Amino acid sequence: MGKAGKWKRKASVPGGSKGAAKSTVDVIKSNPFEVKVNKQKFNILGRKTKNDVGLPGVSRSKAIKKRTQTLLKEYKEKEKSNVFKDKRFGEYNTKLSPEEKMIKRFTLERQQNFGKNNIYNLNEDEELTHYGQSLAEIEKLNDIVDSDSDTEERGTLSAELTEAHFGGGGGLLCKKVSSGQEAEEEEKPKSRKELIEELIAKSKQEKQERQTQRESALELTEKLDNDWKEIQTLMVRKTPKSEKKDKEEKPKPDEYDMIVRELGFEMKAKPSDRMKTEEELAKEEQARLQKLEADRLRRMHGIDEKEEAKKKPKHISADDLADGFILDKDDRRMLSYKKEEEEDGNEESNENEEDEEEDNEHESEEESAAEDEEGVDEDNHSDLESDLESEEEGTGNKEQNQESNEDQSQNMEEQELKIEMSLKLNVLSFTYVWDNLLGNKAKLEKLFGFLLEYIGELATLDLPELKTIDRLVLPLYNLCQMFPESASDSMKFVLRDAAHDTEELIEVKGRATFPGLDMLIYLKITSLLFPTSDFRHPVVTPAFIYMSQLLTKCRITTLQDVVKGLFICCLFLEYVSLSRRFVPELINFLLGIFHISLPKKQAQGYTVVHPFTPVGKNLELLLVSDKKDLESWQKKNLPLSIVTRLKEMSKTELNHIRLSCLALCFDLTKKSAALYESLPSFHEIMDPVRILLKHHLPVKNKNVLCSQILSHFSLEFGRKLGGSKKEQERKRLIHKHKREFKGAIREIRKDNQFLARLQLEEIMERDAARKRKVKELLGSLATQEGEWKAMKRKKRKN
Amino acid sequence: MAEARGAVAACVAAVLGSRGGANRVFEILELLAAEQQEAVASAVRGCGRLFGALLERGELFVGRLPAEEAVLDGPRSAEDKYRMWMRHRYRSCLDSLAELLAHEAFQVKELALCTLMKFVELEIRHPLVEPEWRGGFTFPRELLKVVVDGLIPLNEDASLLISRFQEYMEYDDVRYFVMKAVTESIGQVMQRTKERPLPIYQQNVFSLISPINMPNKERDLSKFMVKQENREEWKVSKLQAHKQAFEKMWLSFLKHKLPTGLYKKVLVILHDSILPYMNEPTLMMDFLTMAYGIGGAISLLALNGLFILIHQHNLEYPDFYKKLYSLLDPSIYHVKYRARFFHLADLFLSSSHLPAYLVAAFIKRLSRLALTAPPEALLMVIPFICNLFRRHPACRVLVHRPDGPEDLSEDPYIMEEKEPSESRALESSLWELQSLQNHYHPDVAQAAAVLNQSLSEIEDNISGLLELSACELFDREIKKKKADVPLEFEPVRGLFGKKNDIFAEHFTLD
Repeated sequence: MGKAGKWKRKASVPGGSKGAAKSTVDVIKSNPFEVKVNKQKFNILGRKTKNDVGLPGVSRSKAIKKRTQTLLKEYKEKEKSNVFKDKRFGEYNTKLSPEEKMIKRFTLERQQNFGKNNIYNLNEDEELTHYGQSLAEIEKLNDIVDSDSDTEERGTLSAELTEAHFGGGGGLLCKKVSSGQEAEEEEKPKSRKELIEELIAKSKQEKQERQTQRESALELTEKLDNDWKEIQTLMVRKTPKSEKKDKEEKPKPDEYDMIVRELGFEMKAKPSDRMKTEEELAKEEQARLQKLEADRLRRMHGIDEKEEAKKKPKHISADDLADGFILDKDDRRMLSYKKEEEEDGNEESNENEEDEEEDNEHESEEESAAEDEEGVDEDNHSDLESDLESEEEGTGNKEQNQESNEDQSQNMEEQELKIEMSLKLNVLSFTYVWDNLLGNKAKLEKLFGFLLEYIGELATLDLPELKTIDRLVLPLYNLCQMFPESASDSMKFVLRDAAHDTEELIEVKGRATFPGLDMLIYLKITSLLFPTSDFRHPVVTPAFIYMSQLLTKCRITTLQDVVKGLFICCLFLEYVSLSRRFVPELINFLLGIFHISLPKKQAQGYTVVHPFTPVGKNLELLLVSDKKDLESWQKKNLPLSIVTRLKEMSKTELNHIRLSCLALCFDLTKKSAALYESLPSFHEIMDPVRILLKHHLPVKNKNVLCSQILSHFSLEFGRKLGGSKKEQERKRLIHKHKREFKGAIREIRKDNQFLARLQLEEIMERDAARKRKVKELLGSLATQEGEWKAMKRKKRKN
Repeated sequence: MAEARGAVAACVAAVLGSRGGANRVFEILELLAAEQQEAVASAVRGCGRLFGALLERGELFVGRLPAEEAVLDGPRSAEDKYRMWMRHRYRSCLDSLAELLAHEAFQVKELALCTLMKFVELEIRHPLVEPEWRGGFTFPRELLKVVVDGLIPLNEDASLLISRFQEYMEYDDVRYFVMKAVTESIGQVMQRTKERPLPIYQQNVFSLISPINMPNKERDLSKFMVKQENREEWKVSKLQAHKQAFEKMWLSFLKHKLPTGLYKKVLVILHDSILPYMNEPTLMMDFLTMAYGIGGAISLLALNGLFILIHQHNLEYPDFYKKLYSLLDPSIYHVKYRARFFHLADLFLSSSHLPAYLVAAFIKRLSRLALTAPPEALLMVIPFICNLFRRHPACRVLVHRPDGPEDLSEDPYIMEEKEPSESRALESSLWELQSLQNHYHPDVAQAAAVLNQSLSEIEDNISGLLELSACELFDREIKKKKADVPLEFEPVRGLFGKKNDIFAEHFTLD
C-alpha cells in the first residue's frame, strides 16, 4: 500500500499544478516584466497574430516541469530493471468518474474473490446482488416484461425504465446529479405502485403503436414486391414477347391492386404532360449538359475502356435510368413530333415500357429542338401547323430531296443552287424525318456522305466556297446526331483514303506533301462532330494519327505548306484543349517554324526534328528582311483561301503573310505552353523553343512585334516556373517538415541541457557532501588531538 | 526493216555456205554500226548465228593470233589463212559488240549482251586458246572482261542491263571470273581517275556486285558453264577461291571514297551478304570503324557490321558504348533505319554486366528524346525502356526513389554531356515517361502507364514493335469496331463557331 500511496501522490501532482499554473499565468500576464512583446513591423490586414506576446518565464517553467515529470523519471530509472506497474483499474482513465471507477473496482474484486471462495465455500448461500441489491428481491417486483418487447427494445432502454427496474446505487446517484431541479419541483416521491402502473400503461401504449407500424410496413413491402415484379418483367430485356405474356398472366391480378395501380399511373402521367416552364426547361437542359459533360470526362479518362473489357453486354451500368430504355438500334426518331405518336398509337400495343421510352424521347426532342437555331425552329413549327397537308408536301419534299442529292453528286458547278440548298438542307433534314419513317432513312443516312463529299468539292475549287461550307456544317451536325454510326463510318472512310494516299506518297517518293484544303476542313469538322477529348474514339483517334503523320512526314517547301502545317497545329491544340494531352509533334513543328524564320547558320543549342533539317534549301522560308514591310504589317487573320492561291500576290503581301504566320506560331506556342505547364517535364519539352527564342530573337530585333510577343512570352514563362498547385503543396510540406525538424532538434538540445544540469547538480551535491564529511572528520580529529594535548598538558602539570 | 534482216540472213547463208562468200561477212559487220536500231539488231543476231556456227565447226583459228598483215604474208596453208582471217573478223565483231553495249536502245544492248555471253559459252566448249597442259581448263577471260567492262560504264546508269546479266551470274565459274574482272576494272578505272569519286561508275559496280549470291557450302558449287569431267581439280571449284575473289573485289571497291547514298546502301547489305562470305571479315574493320565515325545515319548502319565483328571476330572497340550513346539524337526516332538500330541497341544493352550509370544514361537519353518522337516510335521505345529496367534493377531508382531530391525544378541529368558517366542520369527520374502518360494516343498513354505498376518479370517482346509504322497504327485504329460512337454535344454554329475557337482568332473564311 505504501507504493500505491506514493503513486497516488505523484499522479495528483499534475492536477494540482495545473490549477496553480493557471492562476500564476494570470498573475504573470499582468506583470509587465514577464511579458515579451514581439514587435511587428507592419500591420497586415487579415493576418492572425498569435505570437505577438510571449511569456518566456512561464513557458520555460512549463517545459521544466514537463521534463521533471518525464525525462527526470526516465533518468532516475535509467539503470533499473524493476518497473512499478499500477494495475489499479482505470486509474489513469480520465473519462471514468471516481464513482464508476470505484464500482468497477469493486465488481472486479468480487469477481476475483468469487472463484476463490467457491472452491472452499460448498454451501452456496451467498446472495447475488446487482448494484448492491439482492437479485432475488428484484425478481419479486412483478412487472411484466415481454420477451418480445425485450428483443425489440434492445439498447433503447430509457433512463426511467432502467431506473425503475434496476434502481441501484449508480442509478440513484445519477439521478441525484442530473435531476437536481426535478427533485425540487416534486419533492414528494411517487409511491412504488403508482410508478409501476404508470410504467405499465406506457409500455402498453408503445406496444400498440409498434403493432400498427409493423402492419403498415408489411403492407408496403407487399405492394413494393408486386410493383417490383412488374418492373422486373420490363427490365429483363430480351425475353420473347410470348414469354412475357405468360409471365404477366401467371400472378392473378387482384382487382383492387389493379385499380390502385391504375390510379397511380394516372396520377403519374398527368404532371409529365404538363407544359414545362422556361425555368424548368433551362434546368433540365443544364442537368442534361452536366450529365453529358460528366460522360465526356469519364471517356476522357478512359475509364470506359477498362470497364468495357470486363463488362458483359447485358450489364446495366450505373448510369442506367432503369426505365427499360435501351438503344438497340439507331432508330431514335429524335425530331419526330406528334404525328409519330399518333402512328405509334395505331401501330403498336401500348406497353408501359414503350410509354416511358416515348416520354424519354419527348424530352430529348424538346431539348434538341431548343438547341436548334431559330430559323429551323420556325420551320419546324410551321410544318407542325401544316401537319394535315403534309401528306402531299411530304412527297414533294422527298422528290426535292432526291433531286438535290443528285444535284450534289452530279452538277456541283451550279453555284447559285448552293446557298439555297444549304438553307433548304437545314429544313429538309427535319421535314424529311417526319414523313420518311417507312424507308427513306437509308437515303438520309447516305446524305451525310454526300454532304461530306460536296464539302470536299467546294473546298478544292479554285476559289473555295468556305462560306457555303460554313453553312453546311449545321446540317452535318444534325445528321450526325441522328446517325452517328453512318456518320462516323463515312468520316472514317474519308480519313482512311487520305491516310493511304499519304502513305503511298511516302513509299514512292520517300516524303509526303500536305493535303489539300478539303482534308483540313474534314479534320476541323471532325472536331465539331465528335468529342475530341475521349481517351479513345473511333473517329478522333485515327484523325490524331493522321495529323501526326502529316506533321512529321510532310516536307515544308512553300508558304502554303507553312500555313497548312500551322492549321494542323491549331487543330491539334483544339483537339487536346480539354484533355490536355501531350502532342510532341506539335512542339516539334512550332520549333521548326521558328527555325525557318531565322537567318541561316544561327541554329545552335537546339535540334530541330524530322521534317525540318538544320541545313537545307528551305531554311529561310519565313525570314522577312524588308524593313518597310515589317513596319507596315498589322496583325490580321489569315484567310484560308491562301492555301490554294498564293501566286498572284505582291512581295509585300507575301511578307505580311509570313509575319502573320509567325504571329500565329507565337500564339500557338503560348497556348501550348499554358496547356502543358502541369506536365512533369514541361521544362524539357519547351526547352528548345525557349533557347531558340531567347538566343535568336534579339538578333531579329527589327521585328518589333516579335520582341513584344517575346516579352509577353517570357513573362508567361517566368510565371510558369512557380509551378502548379501540387508543387505548392509539396513545397509547403517541405517547409513544414523543416520547421518541425528544427523544433525537434531544439527540444533534444534542451533535454540534454536539462540532463546536464541535473548531473551537475548531482555532482555538486556529492562534492558538498564529501566536503562536509571531510570537515566533520577533520573537526573530530582536531578535537581529538586537542583533547589529547590537553590531557598531556594536564599530565605535565601534574 | 525486213530488208536488213533479209540481207543479213543472205549474208550469213553465203558465208556459211561456201568459202567463196566469206567476204560478205563485212556487210554484216558494217551493219553493226548502222543508224537504225532494227538493222543493228538483225546484224547482231546474224553475227551470233554466223560466228556461233563457225565456232562449232571449228573454222576459227585456235592459239595465239598473229597480226593481220602477218597472216597473209606468212607461209601458211590457205586453210590456216582463212581461219586466221575469220578469227580476225570474229575479233572485230566482238569489239563492235562491246561498243554496242553502250548503245542508246536497251533492246540492242540486251541483244549484244546475250550474243556475247553466247560466244562465251561456245568458246568454253570450243576454246580458242590451247590449254597450257593436257586436260587443263580454259575460260575466255578476256571476253568476259570485255563484257564486264561494258556492264559498268563510267557515265551511264546500266542497272537494267546488269539485272539482265544476273541470269549468267548463277554459273559459279562465270561469277568467279566476273568477280576477278570487276576487281581488275576497279583498279584500272580508279587509278586512271586518281581517286576522284565516280558516282555513276561506283553505282554501276555496286548494282553489279551487290546481288552476287555466294554459295554457302562446297557442295553448292555445282552449276558450271564449263562442262568437263574432272572439275574437282580446277581452282574455280573451290569455295575458298571464290571467297578470296569475293573479298578482294569488295575490298578494292570499298577502298575508294563512296558517295553518301552508296555508303548507306553498302552498309545496309554489309552484315547480311558480304561479311559472311569473306575469308577474313576482320579486313572490314577499317571500313566499318571509319563509317561508324562519320556520324548520323551512316553510323547507325555501320553498327550492324561492327556488331558482327565484335561478336564473332573478337574486335575490340574502345569507347563503344560512349559512341553508341552519342548516336542517340532526336532523329533516331524518325529515320528509316529505326527498327534496325533499336534491334541492335537491344542486343548491346542486353548484357547484365553493364554498369548501372551507363544503362541509366541510355534510359534517360532515350526517354528525353522520346519527348519529340512520333507515336509509332513511342510504342516501341517504352517497352524497350521497360526491358532495360527489368535487366538492370539498379536503374529502378529512376522510377521509384524513396528519398528523392527535394527540389523538382531542375533535372540533374545533363543532356549535352557526351560521356555517359558524367551525365548524372542516376540522380534523375523519368519524368518524361510520366509526361507521356498524357500522350494523345491511347496506346502510348497506356504503355507509359505501365510504369505506375510494378514491372512484371518477363520481358516484353519488342521485335514485333520495331517495324511499326504510322500507317499500321492508323489502320489498326480505324479497323476497330466499336458499338457506339460518342458525339459532341456542344451545338455547332459554323465551321469556326465553337466557344473560344482558336481558328476564329487566326483564320478567316475567305
